[in-house]
Amino acid sequence: MRHFLDISRLDRKALTHILDTAKSFTSVDGRAVKKVPLLRGKTIVNLFFEPSTRTRTTFELAAKRLSADVLNISIATSATVKGESLLDTLFSLEAMNTDIFIVRHPESGAADFIAKHTAPHVSIINAGDGRHAHPTQALLDVFTIREHHEDFSKLRVAIVGDILHSRVARSQIEALNILGTREIRVIAPRTLLPANIEQLGVQVFQNCWQGLRDVDVIIMLRLQKERMQGAFIPSEHEYFQLYGLTPERLALASPDAIVMHPGPINRGVEISSEVADGPRSVILQQVEYGIAVRMAILSIAISTGDPGDGDEA
Amino acid sequence: MKLEILNGHLVDPANDIDEVADLFIVGGKVAAVRKPPSAWEADHTINAANKLILPGLVELSASLRQPGQEHKATIRTETKAAAAAGITSLACLPTTNPVVDSPAEVELIEQLSQDSGHCKVYVIGALTRGLKGENLSEMAALKATGCVGVTNVLHPLKSPLVLRRAMEYASSQALTVFTHPLDHHLANHGCVHEGLTGLRLGLPGIPAAAETAALAFHLALIEELNVRTHFCRLSTWRAVNMIARAQQDHLPVTADASILHLFLTDHDIRDFDGLCHNLPPYRTQQDRDGLRKGLQDGTLSAVCADHQPHEIEAKLAPFQSTEPGSSTLESLLPLILQLVDEGVLDLKEAVRRVTQQPAEILGIAAGNLSVGSEADACVVDPELDWMLSSETLLSRGKNTPLLGHRFKGRATHTILGGKLVFQLEPE
Repeated sequence: MRHFLDISRLDRKALTHILDTAKSFTSVDGRAVKKVPLLRGKTIVNLFFEPSTRTRTTFELAAKRLSADVLNISIATSATVKGESLLDTLFSLEAMNTDIFIVRHPESGAADFIAKHTAPHVSIINAGDGRHAHPTQALLDVFTIREHHEDFSKLRVAIVGDILHSRVARSQIEALNILGTREIRVIAPRTLLPANIEQLGVQVFQNCWQGLRDVDVIIMLRLQKERMQGAFIPSEHEYFQLYGLTPERLALASPDAIVMHPGPINRGVEISSEVADGPRSVILQQVEYGIAVRMAILSIAISTGDPGDGDEA
Repeated sequence: MKLEILNGHLVDPANDIDEVADLFIVGGKVAAVRKPPSAWEADHTINAANKLILPGLVELSASLRQPGQEHKATIRTETKAAAAAGITSLACLPTTNPVVDSPAEVELIEQLSQDSGHCKVYVIGALTRGLKGENLSEMAALKATGCVGVTNVLHPLKSPLVLRRAMEYASSQALTVFTHPLDHHLANHGCVHEGLTGLRLGLPGIPAAAETAALAFHLALIEELNVRTHFCRLSTWRAVNMIARAQQDHLPVTADASILHLFLTDHDIRDFDGLCHNLPPYRTQQDRDGLRKGLQDGTLSAVCADHQPHEIEAKLAPFQSTEPGSSTLESLLPLILQLVDEGVLDLKEAVRRVTQQPAEILGIAAGNLSVGSEADACVVDPELDWMLSSETLLSRGKNTPLLGHRFKGRATHTILGGKLVFQLEPE
């Protein structure tokens, strides 16, 4: 695994291996000195073309706990980043003998594009590209689920909200399918559901009352404020009335159901504060596990990232 | 200069010829077919045994990038590539810089083409000034300088009323309107077919309805106004069915498909291959089959290369930021022959779709080998095996998803107005 670009290139064995490796790193988080020397002397660049707090900081912490040197580069995206300058940026950073690029970019396929053009000694890790994929988020999500419900073949998982614009949902659906999840449901109005979504192996619900019944995991997605402008939904108010996760709706799910959210949450838009801060919420655990999962991915990329290894995931 | 092409399999659909025959050319015109004129003595002989003799191909849509985009291509480079591909007439689009919306640009293009001398170039002018979709271009002046039609290409019109007026005015000037049916609001900056591939890759999709809605809208106006219209680059099976119904209703409409739409689907872009970024997008297998069926039953009368050469950098970006379009002049002939191999069309019908039919759509005297007509012809070795590569492409645009693809069939000689403008060097 030289590059880590999306979930669909993993098989169940490789995916489980990452989760198991991440599990072994959770103990590092609990230590007084939270460092292991696995990546000493390696240089990791956080190359972010889109703002991010959570993903960038957890990658940075993961790299530092593995003793790597970390460089954070944020490039404004207000102006369209042209292909040439994207490659020129990449080449000049490569010349500094870097080992891993962690890339976030507003365009789908940007990480693939960079991986195709990067030098053979460099690994690319996708930290979110357009609507395409956010594989490390999906892995930390299934890691979190596994901590609570070990057997995916018994699980019903509902993903609620803006599936259309969500790279997180696409990667989650792929990861859950690879792990043999019993049932994956998506719940949203049609305006926020991509055409052909059922072909990804999910059950489609446009109604929360039916869709949330008996599920073991509820994943709420963030609703971007700009969706009101695009005629996707009429108002935040109506959205919350129809799809917001309230204690009454949570009661439809199985008694030990967990509530997840990739963050940052919009209280009162997709989720009520009672649920977000309530006993079933594992939202902060997701953030914490994110560090261990990203440590696992970085260490696996470095250990197998020799130039002759063409494997990609 | 007397030229004879002997013993070839001559296919001239316009004259219903499909047999081994000889072609005799004098003074730039076809002098005789089958039997030589009296007291014949040739200055030059081409032996076409085991080869095809065809009318020179007529290409409906080639972007020559001149004036203003010489970093992509020039009239000289692209007409030379056309000649090497057996194409002797082509129509170019007004999407240059400046836009072709006045006689000055038309005259410049005509002058540069004549200087180059590799291929006849016909100009399709802008439907609206600057292609901005607001004010009409000076269509009468465009026609007087030689424009064969008008188009707004893929640039949106400001309102349905502008479209109505533009269609009416073009019809007053007896100019065919070349329409690319795409509703820009429904397309919504999409870059792939709205389907499973686009969903998986997270690329914004263009629904089939962006094409059919625009088409229905145009057909409603055509029904009312009776304006001669050619629909360019259909990409959906539903649009083919709509054109078939319109033709049954005797509306004055014709339509074409690009050669790559007859082979590629959205599946081909699965690795974010920017070389498969095209507008309209490559769609589903069902759409591709629908286009092929439309070709068979004649709903789609012509096939074109839809040639769009780009500089390398235009495709060096994440998929959505790449520029759409492919460099395809040199793939048209072998892919047309492949349609014959695959049983989609017989040889004569296939040749008709890239000669006689596009010439009729453009309203030009070309695409046939009638005695007395301009001697534009090509000789094709249908068995010649060759590989398309950026080194062998003559077009300045190396942007094609078919790089590295092996083809069967290639032009060995191209004759323009009786003169040999291309001869394939033996390898």
